Amino acid sequence: MKNSRRRFLQIAGVSALSLGAKPVLNAFAAEGAEGLGYRVTRGEKALSAKQWGMVIDTRKLKTAADIQPMIDACDKAHNIPTAIPDKKQEIKWIWDAPYHNVFTEKVNQFLNEQVENKPFLLLCNHCENPPCVRACPTQATFKRADGIVMMDFHRCIGCRFCMAACPFGARSFNFRDPRPFIKMENKDFPTRTKGVVEKCNFCAERLAVGKMPACVEASNGALAFGDLYDPHSKVRELLKENYTIRRKQNLGTEPSVYYIV
Amino acid sequence: MLELAFKGNKWYWGWIIVLLGTIGIGFGLYQMQLNFGLGITGMSRDVSWGFYIANFTYLVGVAAGGVMVVLPYYLHDYKAYGKITILGEFLAIASLVMCLLLVMVDLGQPMRILNVWLYPTPHSVLFWDTIVLNGYLFLNLIIGWNVLEAERNGVHYQGWLKPLIYISIPWAVSIHTVTAYLYCGLPGRGFWLTAILAPRFLASAFAAGPSLLILLCLFIRRFTNFDPGRQQIQSLAKTVAYAISVNVFFFLCEVFVAFYSTIPEHMGHLQYLFQGLHGKGALVPWMWASLIFMAAGIVLTVIPATRRNEASLAVACVVIILGTWIDKGLGMISGGFVPNPLHEVTEYVPTLPEIGITLGVYAVGALVLTILYKMAVGVKEEVHS
Repeated sequence: MKNSRRRFLQIAGVSALSLGAKPVLNAFAAEGAEGLGYRVTRGEKALSAKQWGMVIDTRKLKTAADIQPMIDACDKAHNIPTAIPDKKQEIKWIWDAPYHNVFTEKVNQFLNEQVENKPFLLLCNHCENPPCVRACPTQATFKRADGIVMMDFHRCIGCRFCMAACPFGARSFNFRDPRPFIKMENKDFPTRTKGVVEKCNFCAERLAVGKMPACVEASNGALAFGDLYDPHSKVRELLKENYTIRRKQNLGTEPSVYYIV
Repeated sequence: MLELAFKGNKWYWGWIIVLLGTIGIGFGLYQMQLNFGLGITGMSRDVSWGFYIANFTYLVGVAAGGVMVVLPYYLHDYKAYGKITILGEFLAIASLVMCLLLVMVDLGQPMRILNVWLYPTPHSVLFWDTIVLNGYLFLNLIIGWNVLEAERNGVHYQGWLKPLIYISIPWAVSIHTVTAYLYCGLPGRGFWLTAILAPRFLASAFAAGPSLLILLCLFIRRFTNFDPGRQQIQSLAKTVAYAISVNVFFFLCEVFVAFYSTIPEHMGHLQYLFQGLHGKGALVPWMWASLIFMAAGIVLTVIPATRRNEASLAVACVVIILGTWIDKGLGMISGGFVPNPLHEVTEYVPTLPEIGITLGVYAVGALVLTILYKMAVGVKEEVHS
C-alpha cells in the first residue's frame, strides 16, 4: 500500500516535470519549430546577415531638410508618438544633433566649418557588444543572431537600467500612454503601452519581408545598409573605399553604425 | 512577541495614525502614477532615474550600516553591543522594506516584476541586486526575531542561527557592493565609472546607518525604560567618525583624479554638481551644503569633547545624515546623468507627487521600524526589570 503510493507520487512527479519542461524544449528547437498551435518559419523573402550594419554618408546630408525625410519615414513606420508635449519625455528612434554632441570625444578645437554647423543623424548603434543587453534583468532587450539589438515590449518591466547602460542615449521610455500622440497609426506595426522602453530596431519587421529599413529607403542613397561580415556587401564596399568614424568606439561596445564625414 | 506592539500610550498611537495617514496619501499618489505613468515624475529621457532610485540607494546604505553593531558583537565578542544588535538588525529590515518598495514604485510596469525571476538573467546586476536585498531582508528577519525571542525566554539563541549570523556580515557588505555595481559597470557614465564607487558607498553607509542608530538609541533612552547604554553610543560614534572621514576622503580622491587629469568626461559631472554647467546648476547649493554638513560632522565626531557630549553628538548625527543623503541621494544619481551621453544638460527636479510617493514609502519604513522597535524595547524592558 505504502509502496504503491510512493510509486504513484514518483510517476506523478516525473510527468509534472516533463510537462513543465516542454516549453523549454520547444524554445531550444531551431527555426521552423512547432508549438501548441503555432508554427514559426522564415519568410521566403527575408533578408539575413551575421551582423547588420549601416554606413551614413554625411557628405550627402547637408541640412536638416536632407535629414527630415528619414526621421519622418521612421516615425511613420514605427508609430512614434511625435506629439508628446513635454520634450524632455519624448520618444525618438532616429534624430539629429550637432557634431560635437554626436562625436563627443572627437571634437577638435578647430573644426571644418561645414561639419561644425550641420546636423548629424543619430540612432541605436546595434552594438556587437551591447551594454544594454547586459544590463536588462529580464532579457526583454536581447541580441538577435543577425546582430540586431531588439526589444520585447511585452516583457519589459520598465526599470530603465538599459537607458542608464546605453552610452549613446539611444533609448526612450514611455512616460505616459503614447497612443494619443501618434499622428497617423500604421496598423502593421504595434503601438506601445506606457511604462516600457523602446528604441530603433533596424526595421527588423521590414527585413523579415525583404525590405530595407525605412530610413535607408528614404535616404536617397545617403544611408547604406548590409552585412558587416560579408566582404562583398554594400557597407563593406563603402568601408573599404572611405575613411569612417564611429561614436565612442573607445568604450568597446563595437557600434555597427559608421559615418563617412 | 508582536502583541507588545499593540500596547502603547496615546503618543504611540498618534504616531501610528500619522504614519498611516502619510502612507494613505502616498498610496493615493501612487494610484495616480499607475494610471498616468511615470510622466508625473520629474524624470526624463536624459535623467531616467530620479528620486526613487536615489533614495533606494541611500537606504541600502542604511540597511548595510546595521552591520556595524553586528560585526563587533559576533566577530570580536564586543559584549557591550549585545544590548543593541537587535536595533541594528531591525533598522536593516525597515530599510530593506523601503528599498524594495522604492524599486517597485520606480518600475514602469510593476505588474511584470516577476519577469525578473521568470527569466533569471545572471549577466544583469539588477538580478543579483534583487537576490542580495531579499536575502538580507530574510536573514535579518530570521536572526532578529529568533535572537529576540530567545532573550525574552531567557535562553541562548538556537545553535543553527550562528552560521546565518556569520553569513549576514559579509552579506551586508554585498548589498551595498552590488548596488554600487549597478552604476559603476556602465560604460559612458563617467561619474559612476570608478572602482571606488562601492567602497565610497560603504563608507557613506557606515556613517549614515550608525548615525541614525545613535539618534534612535538617544530617543529610546529618553522615552522608554530601556537604556541602550552610554558606552554603546560612544562606540558607535567612533565608527561614525571614521566612516564619515573616509567617505569625504574618497570623495576628495575622485575630485583629484577628475581635475588633475582634466579628462572632460570625468570633470563634467563634478562641474555640474558644484559649479553648474552650461548655465544650469540646480544642485549647486545642495552639494555645497552637503560638503559643509559632512565637514561639520567630521569636526563634531572627531573632537573628543563634542563626541562625548551627547547633545553635540546628536547634532553631528543629524548633519551627517543630511550630508550623506544629499551626497548620495540627490547628487550621486542625477549627477551621473548630467551631462547626458551627448554632453547636453537636462536638469532634474523631483515633482510633488514623486516626493509624496517617496514620503509614503518612508512612512511604511517608519511604521515597520516603530512596530519592530516597540517589540524589541518591550522585550528589553521585561528582561531588565
